Amino acid sequence: MMKRNGSPSANGKGVRLTMTLDGEKVAFNRGETIYEVAERHRKDIPTLCYDPRLEPFGGCRLCVVELEGARNPVASCTMEAQPGMRVRTRTAALETQRRILMEMVASENRDTDVDPMHGYASQEMAELLDRYDARTGRFEGAQSGASRDDDDNPFIKRDYDNCISCYRCVRVCAEQEGDYAISIMNRGFHTQITTEFGGLLKDSACTFCGQCIQTCPTGALGDLKALANKDVPGETKKTRTICPYCGVGCAVDVMTREEKIVGVLPAMDGPANEGSLCVKGQFAFDFVGHPERLSTPFIRDEKSGQLRPASWDEALDFAAGKLKKVVKDHGRRAVYGIASGRAPHEAAYMMQRFIRGGLGTNHIDNCSRA
Amino acid sequence: MSNPLADMDKPDVIFCIGTNMTECHPVAATRLKRALARGAKMIVADPRRIGLAEIADVHLPLRVGSDVSLLLAMAHVIAREGLVDEGFMAQRTAHGEDFLKHVERYTPEWAAEICECDAQDIEKAALLYGGADRGAIYYTVGITEHICGVDNVQSLCNLALLTGNLGREGTGVNPMRGQNNIQGAGDAGALPNNYPGFQTVTDLAHQEKFHKAYGRKVDLEVGMTKVTALDLCGDGIHAMMINGENTLVTDPDRHHCEHALKSLDCLIVIDIFMTETARVADVVFPATAWAETDGVCTNTERRVQRLRAAVPPPGEAKPDWWIVSRLAQRMGWKGFEFESAKEVFNELCSLSSTYAGLDWDRIDRGEYQWPVPEEGHPGTPRLHEERFENGRGIFKMLEYRDPEETLSEDYPIWLTTGRRLPQYHTRTQTGRAAGIDYLLSEETLEVHPDDIARLGLEDGGWAEMSNPRGCLHVKVRATTKSPKGTVFASFAFEDVPVNVLTGGGYDPVTQTAALKACPVALKPVGPPPALGGAPGPQPGLGRL
Repeated sequence: MMKRNGSPSANGKGVRLTMTLDGEKVAFNRGETIYEVAERHRKDIPTLCYDPRLEPFGGCRLCVVELEGARNPVASCTMEAQPGMRVRTRTAALETQRRILMEMVASENRDTDVDPMHGYASQEMAELLDRYDARTGRFEGAQSGASRDDDDNPFIKRDYDNCISCYRCVRVCAEQEGDYAISIMNRGFHTQITTEFGGLLKDSACTFCGQCIQTCPTGALGDLKALANKDVPGETKKTRTICPYCGVGCAVDVMTREEKIVGVLPAMDGPANEGSLCVKGQFAFDFVGHPERLSTPFIRDEKSGQLRPASWDEALDFAAGKLKKVVKDHGRRAVYGIASGRAPHEAAYMMQRFIRGGLGTNHIDNCSRA
Repeated sequence: MSNPLADMDKPDVIFCIGTNMTECHPVAATRLKRALARGAKMIVADPRRIGLAEIADVHLPLRVGSDVSLLLAMAHVIAREGLVDEGFMAQRTAHGEDFLKHVERYTPEWAAEICECDAQDIEKAALLYGGADRGAIYYTVGITEHICGVDNVQSLCNLALLTGNLGREGTGVNPMRGQNNIQGAGDAGALPNNYPGFQTVTDLAHQEKFHKAYGRKVDLEVGMTKVTALDLCGDGIHAMMINGENTLVTDPDRHHCEHALKSLDCLIVIDIFMTETARVADVVFPATAWAETDGVCTNTERRVQRLRAAVPPPGEAKPDWWIVSRLAQRMGWKGFEFESAKEVFNELCSLSSTYAGLDWDRIDRGEYQWPVPEEGHPGTPRLHEERFENGRGIFKMLEYRDPEETLSEDYPIWLTTGRRLPQYHTRTQTGRAAGIDYLLSEETLEVHPDDIARLGLEDGGWAEMSNPRGCLHVKVRATTKSPKGTVFASFAFEDVPVNVLTGGGYDPVTQTAALKACPVALKPVGPPPALGGAPGPQPGLGRL
């Protein structure tokens, strides 16, 4: 997920706050957690319930570290760094504990490997299982979570058989989106992510923004539109661009395989959205390759009065001929240009350049008055 | 926006007016929700009980088009209670004393008669905003699409000037722009009064600058707006080139618009689909779409960001700039030999004062918010920090005006229009994206249950909605989201073309259409034939 990389500064009184991290003296900012300090020093502490945009939760216990003076390891994601702390992030004991935790987490799930098309964070669990060589099957047995195959929505797969109760989905919905559409039912092994009254997402406060999908570390939640493209051949390539809908300007990474858009990922470092998207930005991308797209110029046939396909040469000459005639008959002020608020700057700029540089008038506007 | 999006997490008091942000700018709305979770208070002024109203501390369900009265009364209370920022007014504003006198007569009780809100709620809202250390105003086209759109915006500016809520973190007067590059279209000079960078066309120095750049002298006279041009089609305007706009469906008074476009000798449309507007054109040029086009867009907080092509376009579709520049070459004009979007954007930067410090490579990571007056300038996330561009913030003495059309015996219901979350505009794009119809597959007219009973309508039944401009049939939905006497529909679905009804006037300054307040009549009708109703002509687009 997005990393916080702010470098520590003086605390306002000219005193640098320092602690010891794996034997090295490091500086930190007041209010930073041990995990945040360690991340900045590339300690690569494992986590499953952590999303840097959300309040620390301390649920998965993978991020525990040894703190001198503390009896037990402490969760680094919830513990604030204090001056003089001496912390070890990777010891044999910690690594053993983390491996056992990963073995237990994996034992509750039907699948430990899911297609990356599920979502942004969907590979986090599989990567940790590899890192800790934890696919041992030692704790195989009962599995938790019940999938909602009955939810017929076309966007969000709800496969809770693969849920590890990290609550990232619930927290992103509440803290990041402010929608509170999903919640937690029951406790312990019987924990289940659910909507109010256990219904379908469309009958809940869910806005289908897709944030729950993107933060899910196991693929229990998945992007159904992207998953529908999982068998499209080719390497997945990501292109950074900006959502085509409203004026907020959310950054997205468009996923393509060969010449097809296969899905959209929110850009966690997008300056306007910081990882958020809405239903349109997340899911309404496939107008692009739609069969009804115009792929050739059209001109109105003088005889039939109908629009018919034409080559660029023919269409440009036809249009220029018509415009020249209007200018000849009615003067240069008889031509008007309307630029689009949906096309890039270059489109609007060229349209005004055409009207001003070509005709010498200011008969140019855009669609903002409607 | 005067302030960056990041500031939306930071106000103490949020004042949203004429903005259905959770549906129209959902990601921006998440920032407001986070501010609320942190303890900020929110005032929402909107005729409808929209999503934001549900989480507001004060909801002011004002009558459509009555904003000026509400805002005058809020200013009255702020002045009366001594909540004005005297230092700010003295140092940075003009005509403050006159304004304080001006608002003396506009009491909440006076406004309540006009805007149909509770006078105590107006008082409460004014005390909240006036008492805030950081008060931020957000608005959208619910403010601008009225005959008094400019007055509405200036009324909001008056409030911000009165309380010193400008030029600081978590404050400001912030319009939320509705289209991905509507800000950029203006920045790039697609305006009848401004060259790129908002340089006025009536200034001799600007004329000279662009004469030099374009090799042709441009009129010193302001061009006509699109609204005037549509009025003069066939009578002064004989050719139009329309890029990426479904004018027929999005503009007010569809019959008028259709007649206008058909009166032209030459209509050229550049688009990605054969829209309703393209169908009446003489020439249709196929453009590359989003994700097929390299380019630049500017968002609502003036952030200049790169668009990047990820897939090739269909067939022979071409970028808009290519199409227009090639057409210019066929016209026999010099200076249009552009070969890339980069070249086009860099020329724009070289001629724009607001983009002067930018170029294609510098905006790669989207870190700049204009104005960026010279190379090395860090950009301007927050406007008006030290001073206003024109010196002092000037208070405007405004009066309330009725909408051009008001309720009558024949047309006793207000129709107001807008967007809904899953669909965008006329569904040219979202209507072709798989799954979106699962969330919203048809348009319904939102009517208060009391109105349903009073008018003999039925929840889930059909209504005929009409006024002198046109008539349409629409399915009815009972909801207390609509206040009594006001109904709502979006303009997303082509079978419910609400813009056959809208068009009751324009703002005299900007010529923005009054799309938000439109008196109509409603009566029950049977379902359309396709749904088992009696056969007979659908009124569709026919005139009454």
